[in-house]
Amino acid sequence: MRRRWSRIAALVSALAVVLGATACSGSDDKDELLVYNAQHESLTKEWIDAFTKETGIKVTYRQGGDTELGNQLIAEGDKSPADVFLTENSPAMAAVERAGLFADLDADTTGQVPPQYRPASGKWTGVAARTTVFVYNKAKLPSGQLPKSLLDLQQPAWKGRWGAPPAKADFQAIVAALLQLKGETATAQWLAAMKANAVVYNDNIATLKAVNAGEVDGGVIYHYYWFRDQAKTKEMSGNTALHYFRNQDPGAFVSLSGGGVLKSSKKADKAQRFLKFITGKAGQEVLQKGDSFEYPVASGVPANAALVPLTDLQAPVVDPSTLDAQKVTDLMTKAGLL
Amino acid sequence: MVAPPVGRADDQTQSLATAPVSRPDKASRPGPLVSATVAILVAATLIPLGYVAWAALSIGATKAYDLVVRPRVGELLFNTVAMVVITVPLCAVIGVGVAWLVERTDLPGRAFWRPLFVAPLAVPAFVNSYAWVGVVPSLHGLWAGVLVSTLSYFPFMYLPVVAALRRLDPAIEESARALGSDSVGVFFRVVLPQLRLAVLGGGLLVGVHLLAEFGAFAMLRFDTFTVAIFQQFQVTFDGAAGSMLAGVLVLLCLVLLVAEALARGSARFSRIGAGAPRIATPIRLGRNVIAAQAALAALAVLALGVPVWTILRWLWIGGADVWVLDGIVSALGQTIGLATVAAVLTTVLAFPVAWVAVRSNGLLARAVEGANYVTSSLPGIVTALALVTVTIRLAQPLYQSIALIVLTYVLLFMPRALVNVRAGLAQVPPSLEEASRSLGSSPTATFLRVTLRLTAPAAAAGASLVFVAVATELTATLLLAPTGTRTLSMRFWSLSSELDYAGAAPYALVLVVLAIPVTLVLLRQSTKVAAL
Repeated sequence: MRRRWSRIAALVSALAVVLGATACSGSDDKDELLVYNAQHESLTKEWIDAFTKETGIKVTYRQGGDTELGNQLIAEGDKSPADVFLTENSPAMAAVERAGLFADLDADTTGQVPPQYRPASGKWTGVAARTTVFVYNKAKLPSGQLPKSLLDLQQPAWKGRWGAPPAKADFQAIVAALLQLKGETATAQWLAAMKANAVVYNDNIATLKAVNAGEVDGGVIYHYYWFRDQAKTKEMSGNTALHYFRNQDPGAFVSLSGGGVLKSSKKADKAQRFLKFITGKAGQEVLQKGDSFEYPVASGVPANAALVPLTDLQAPVVDPSTLDAQKVTDLMTKAGLL
Repeated sequence: MVAPPVGRADDQTQSLATAPVSRPDKASRPGPLVSATVAILVAATLIPLGYVAWAALSIGATKAYDLVVRPRVGELLFNTVAMVVITVPLCAVIGVGVAWLVERTDLPGRAFWRPLFVAPLAVPAFVNSYAWVGVVPSLHGLWAGVLVSTLSYFPFMYLPVVAALRRLDPAIEESARALGSDSVGVFFRVVLPQLRLAVLGGGLLVGVHLLAEFGAFAMLRFDTFTVAIFQQFQVTFDGAAGSMLAGVLVLLCLVLLVAEALARGSARFSRIGAGAPRIATPIRLGRNVIAAQAALAALAVLALGVPVWTILRWLWIGGADVWVLDGIVSALGQTIGLATVAAVLTTVLAFPVAWVAVRSNGLLARAVEGANYVTSSLPGIVTALALVTVTIRLAQPLYQSIALIVLTYVLLFMPRALVNVRAGLAQVPPSLEEASRSLGSSPTATFLRVTLRLTAPAAAAGASLVFVAVATELTATLLLAPTGTRTLSMRFWSLSSELDYAGAAPYALVLVVLAIPVTLVLLRQSTKVAAL
């Protein structure tokens, strides 16, 4: 009896090993570049396809959120399998930079990007930009009653009337800018008021849709969701318009999407080429001509003609390297928004 | 999410089935390899609990206290508890009511209704949410969550109650009637008390699913612990706040287990009369037939009509554009591949575990029972979070590998395979194996030709349940999937969270179609139990 079961167990373990081995094999190709991608999947796919077409270098990606992948990189440390990190916003880039995980970017790459769209350290660069907007329902909110500043939304008059997606890195980047511009006390106060006043949605699109449906009067989102829908069916934005805060208000914050090469990458050359490509003319034209509606920031490529030019937005000056994702998460956790 | 009636509901079958098995003797004591395999599996099931304890300790008492005792946790606690407290009784009322109508009355069309109310199990709860949000876009919050989860999970109550109703001896009901009770009185004073085990077992299953559900509630903007843990993961990866929330969630699961165990009590429910019970006389509904038919039809429309209609409607709106075939085919291939490997491995590993549970009664057997009971209640998000943290720190080569996600599936869904393999193994008379051995067959040949053949149907049922569980799994898959893996549920989730409802519809359709065969397996199992 005992021998029989030993054999069966041996058989079972053998089968498990074989199955495990077949399941694992072929999953990692040593030649492929691995991007940890927090940017929109469709945009990164366009970049990758164009890059592969030009260079023959294959690229795979792991999809996730800004801070999720940023913290994942920090947890993985120098053992990370990633070669390139792309985000939608700066705070996660800043966190990875502070952890000392980025390699210096090639001068060719940084040379393509004007200094206001990249950190001075040269550890990463802006690859695209997006601006904060207040989207409002035209029927529910006359333009005379629009908030003058993002800070106005903490007034009791706005209770239950505005929405935002606090769990998303996009919104957290706006809070990070607020923190840098107005300090911790003002930010904590604003977040507490947000907990009381705002209707919480899962993401920018859900917020846009709710404003369009009149569930709330307005919402704090990024501009391109609105433009994308306007270019398509207007199904989610037909009843709405955009309000730009301007005047260097925290609500006029322009967020840089970042790209960087990991120091631990074993394919640093190819990784550097990838970043040079997306900040180059061809890469930036994907932003100008594609349907992402994000702003190009490099190689002198102008924005899509439908957008308000980046230079007209009167954005506040924010240092992208010191946006503090960790502090924002803590403050939002304290405010009960996370 | 489709699951078998785990744990208690099946123990009724178990106790019937184990009767002819002889007491374990020295010869059938598990060998060192089996013991080792089982011990490793039991130890692995404890990883999530160990992780939560380790996280609490390493964060330190003050910080852990700050992260647990805060308004947001209170809010989540209220949401989660309210969800369970409202939905479980609702499922019980609907499950018992429908089961009673189709089993005990002269309702015309019973044969049509009976299998129909198992069918909601083929629609994953997050697909159901997607369907409802498609119909009523502003749907959100507690009551929306109650609506969708009740419609998704009442079959967990309905299945065991149908089985139990079929087994009840009508003699007691007849005595009650003879003593002057009317139909209503008989139902509440005789039938209902005898359904206690089935209702509690079903209730536990519904409760466990409610605590673990992520996709359905996230889509309805209703924050429970699981949803909040996932949000924390998206922000902080393996941050302290997330693991503390996981700790509270684990405590809630344990509370649920203890509550169910206490409520079961130790009353005897089996029939002790001699001979076979007669078939119960159906109760005449008379004029109530119309009301009953209307109620069943309404339930069918809400639970099945809405998802089917919405999926078809989005497919119609999306037209040919949404059938991005390379995306769908590769997701289907990956899903079937992962689900097959996980189902086979889980079922194979369930054999030594079931062997220990059925044929021996030592310490190991009790450890197996206990571990199985606890893990069957642990949400996927806790297990996934634990394994991310453990592998990134201690087992880097496993990190982000297919092996790890398969291992996670094995841990998560072992109870489903085990329930079946154990019941199957319990029905194999050891005397047959002994006869085979005494006739000169080798132990391996005996296992393959006797034990395995007799257990094969049960093992196949177990494997198919694991298959569908894996195919429709969302939370753990999102956290652990290796780079490049995009399963059906992942694609469905990413499209529907971008509110591309039309684009998500083909994935919803494929997910539902994949689950249909297993729903049939469940239905057959429940009627088989009734035939015992």
